[in-house]
Amino acid sequence: MNHAIKRVWVALTVLFVICLGGLSYIQFFDAKPLSENALNKRELYREFDLPRGAILVDGKPIAESVPTDDGQFEFQRVYHDAKTYAHLTGYYSLANGTTQLESQLNDWLTGTSSDLLFDRLSAMFTGTRSEGASVELTIDGQLQKTAFEAIPDDLKATIIVTNPKTGDILAMASKPSYNTNLLAVHSTSQAAQNLKDISNTDGLSPYRNPAISNPVTPGSSFKILSTVAALESGKFDMETPIDNPVSVNYPHSTAKMNNFNEGICARDTRARLEFIFAQSCNTPFMEISQTVGKDAFTEVAERFGYGQQLSIPQNVVPSEFPSAEANEAQMAQMAIGEWENKATPLQMNMAAMAIANDGVIMKPNLIGKVIAPDLRVIEDPKPEKFSTATTPEVAEQLTELMEGPVVSGTAMNARVPGVDFRAKTGTSQRPSENGVRMVNSWMTGFAPADDPQVAITVNIQDVDYNTGHNTAGALMKTMLEAVFNK
Amino acid sequence: MTEVQTAPVPRRNLELLLVLLALCVGGAAFYLVGSSTEDVDNTDFYVQMGILAALSLTVHVLLRIFAKYADPVILPITIALNSLGLAMIHRIDLAKGTSQSARQLLWTAIAIVIASVVLWAIKDHRLLRRFTYIALLLSVVLLLLPLIPKLGVTINGARIWIRMGMFSLQPGELAKITLSIFFAGYLSSNRDLILMAGRKFGPLQLPRLRDMAPMVIAWLLSIGVLVVQRDLGSAILFFGLFIVMIYVATARISWVLIGALMVVAGGIVAGLTMGHVTRRLDVWLNAFDPAIYQAKGGSMQIVEGLFGMADGGLFGTGLGAGSPYRVPLANSDMIIASFGEEIGLIGVAAIILLYMLLVSRGLRAALGSADTFGKLLAAGLSFTLGLQCIVIIGGVTRLIPLTGLATPFMAAGGSSLLANWIIIALLLLISHNSRRPKTGGVGPTDEFASASTALTSSTKAVTKK
Repeated sequence: MNHAIKRVWVALTVLFVICLGGLSYIQFFDAKPLSENALNKRELYREFDLPRGAILVDGKPIAESVPTDDGQFEFQRVYHDAKTYAHLTGYYSLANGTTQLESQLNDWLTGTSSDLLFDRLSAMFTGTRSEGASVELTIDGQLQKTAFEAIPDDLKATIIVTNPKTGDILAMASKPSYNTNLLAVHSTSQAAQNLKDISNTDGLSPYRNPAISNPVTPGSSFKILSTVAALESGKFDMETPIDNPVSVNYPHSTAKMNNFNEGICARDTRARLEFIFAQSCNTPFMEISQTVGKDAFTEVAERFGYGQQLSIPQNVVPSEFPSAEANEAQMAQMAIGEWENKATPLQMNMAAMAIANDGVIMKPNLIGKVIAPDLRVIEDPKPEKFSTATTPEVAEQLTELMEGPVVSGTAMNARVPGVDFRAKTGTSQRPSENGVRMVNSWMTGFAPADDPQVAITVNIQDVDYNTGHNTAGALMKTMLEAVFNK
Repeated sequence: MTEVQTAPVPRRNLELLLVLLALCVGGAAFYLVGSSTEDVDNTDFYVQMGILAALSLTVHVLLRIFAKYADPVILPITIALNSLGLAMIHRIDLAKGTSQSARQLLWTAIAIVIASVVLWAIKDHRLLRRFTYIALLLSVVLLLLPLIPKLGVTINGARIWIRMGMFSLQPGELAKITLSIFFAGYLSSNRDLILMAGRKFGPLQLPRLRDMAPMVIAWLLSIGVLVVQRDLGSAILFFGLFIVMIYVATARISWVLIGALMVVAGGIVAGLTMGHVTRRLDVWLNAFDPAIYQAKGGSMQIVEGLFGMADGGLFGTGLGAGSPYRVPLANSDMIIASFGEEIGLIGVAAIILLYMLLVSRGLRAALGSADTFGKLLAAGLSFTLGLQCIVIIGGVTRLIPLTGLATPFMAAGGSSLLANWIIIALLLLISHNSRRPKTGGVGPTDEFASASTALTSSTKAVTKK
């Protein structure tokens, strides 16, 4: 019997040793692959248990981590004025992932950025918890609020206000918007349900900031670029009248390009650029696009930012000017902001920024400064040049031309007494809905002309002409009044 | 059965020292758990450690009185494991806002008191031999209890619980003791018959059916009930106990081979026909498949446990500094994973060494025991402890499919704690009897044996009807 008992002991010992082997494999040899397994959310969980840095506007948090005792995590991400800032902050969610600035600024907010290496090390030795840095935005809280509240709730619209001299983004608001707090709830099932509800709203995607991720046809607002191309070519100038027929056949086609039938373009069949620009006449741009040529035109578009990578630090979807595959007729259409010419609201704001800043576009940017937990400023981005869009001379000429729409043309409804505003409007055709012709309405400009403080862009999508035209003007006016305290 | 007897020394002072050491280990763990998890309410710590220390020292004093020569290592190891378990349960409590540790402490107290009563009441394990068939009857009753409507409750798919007032009990846990007593009693009486009689079949010696009948009935019953109750872990445990005790009694490896074959055959049949077993196997083999991970009752628990242990690495995150509470059942089935995460491979290896040592001491008591019954009982009980550890640790480490067995002394759960403490009391008694000086007068083995033989044969007669 004792022999058998000893054998039982040997067997049990061997089994115990195998268990030890299993543990060693998991905890030592296989530990790294396990921690990198796609199903392993522990790294994320740890993040959720750490105080995440705040996103600040005017020194006050719009996104912050608040201690919670919901038993799941130690902190709950809370958004203030959530809808006003939704498309900027995005959200920080275990179930739905992390989007927009919450995602782009993650390294700073969690404190894993290499700029915070020293803070992490000292936290390790002092036993305190490492904290993330806070990020102050360039946004002007009052302007942002004004912009967001001015947009009617039933429209799909975006307002952007930038400082053309620095590239600082002062306001960037869009509707429809959503409550980011609903997506940051800790309950994964609740968060998933809320995401579903939000995604079902027409024209709303929590993954896309409409100001930078929805390129649409810019319509006549693109004529800022076309006119720059015309003037740069040396074949057109401010004085010489250009043919301005009521309509003109597209090359090799019976289709016609028409002047806008509600305007007063028809008054003159030959006109100077001033009249053409103020009344937003189309037909002269057929000649301009043919004279300037594809290459020069494309180059201008690219200098203004078309097709360029840009992060603010959210990634901006590049605007499109597909000239390579365009025929002459399509080039002509693109010259008036139609066909496959697609621009984001930010792109058209950059057009205004270029004219306002002597032809130089400053890189649009949302980051004011990055503040370490000990209030040390660890990152203070200086204004950066994005590109030289055109010469100061041409910019000067455009500044002159852009007075027309405000004083006597299509942008009169945005006029604010005492503010020397320069702008260009745009109306691009959209498919009809229930027999109503739908358009994208644009207005982009800057003020004041002699020392530009702001470049402002208003874009309203899928709206009937009258609502679009009137609302764009009204929104622009509201923003000008807010900026200049009128 | 010739044993080299060392000069009998009580060694109770060594035990006292080790008990104090064990209490220090548990106390340190308990303290760390509290101190690194925000503000500690130290009253918790003092009250719990005070109670545990008082209980441990009571058992120690009882041993001084009733079982002076008992193994000095068994009690300290048990206390170390029990207090570590309490610390981890308390730690999970702090994270989850539950209060399982108070309950566990209450159960520890109950278990230690009952174990003390066992020590005091039995004094000599040979007494139990008289209850061989009563133990069988008791096993049957214990295993059937949860099937009684109203009394039995189904938790996590297994109907192995009964509810009495505010307590739920797993009577099956106690059945492993009664079954061990029955197997030990029966085999010690009928060992010779089983060995000698019967037909030789090639290299295998098959016993006569009637000699084996009570054993087979006991085995069929336990397995049958467990299949009905859907508790795979206990089925494995009972079957293993059955095989090992026959093996120890007969020293015939053929029993183990037959047993192994039956496990394989039974496993294949169960895997093919029983839904919940197929599911377990699927979860085990394809644990990292996202669909299985996300499925209800899928591999999330075990995979999270693996992630936790991987997080702990060699040295662990430190007690209270990890997040073992992310793993479902972190304080019971998965408590080894919780330890793996927080005290690392090194710490968890120490725990496993404690288990190995405990099982080894139990088997040592079996070796030293002068009577067959004591040998079989000690071997059976030690093996039960060891197999439980191996099945659950193997499950948590994904060496074998995970089954819901309790990690002895550590996992939250009263029934298992109670049963295992009784096992410890019995092992202490057996070790006392095997190590105490043999005074010629006190050799009641034969008297006992003859008395119990009379008893067993009469009971046998009854059961045969």
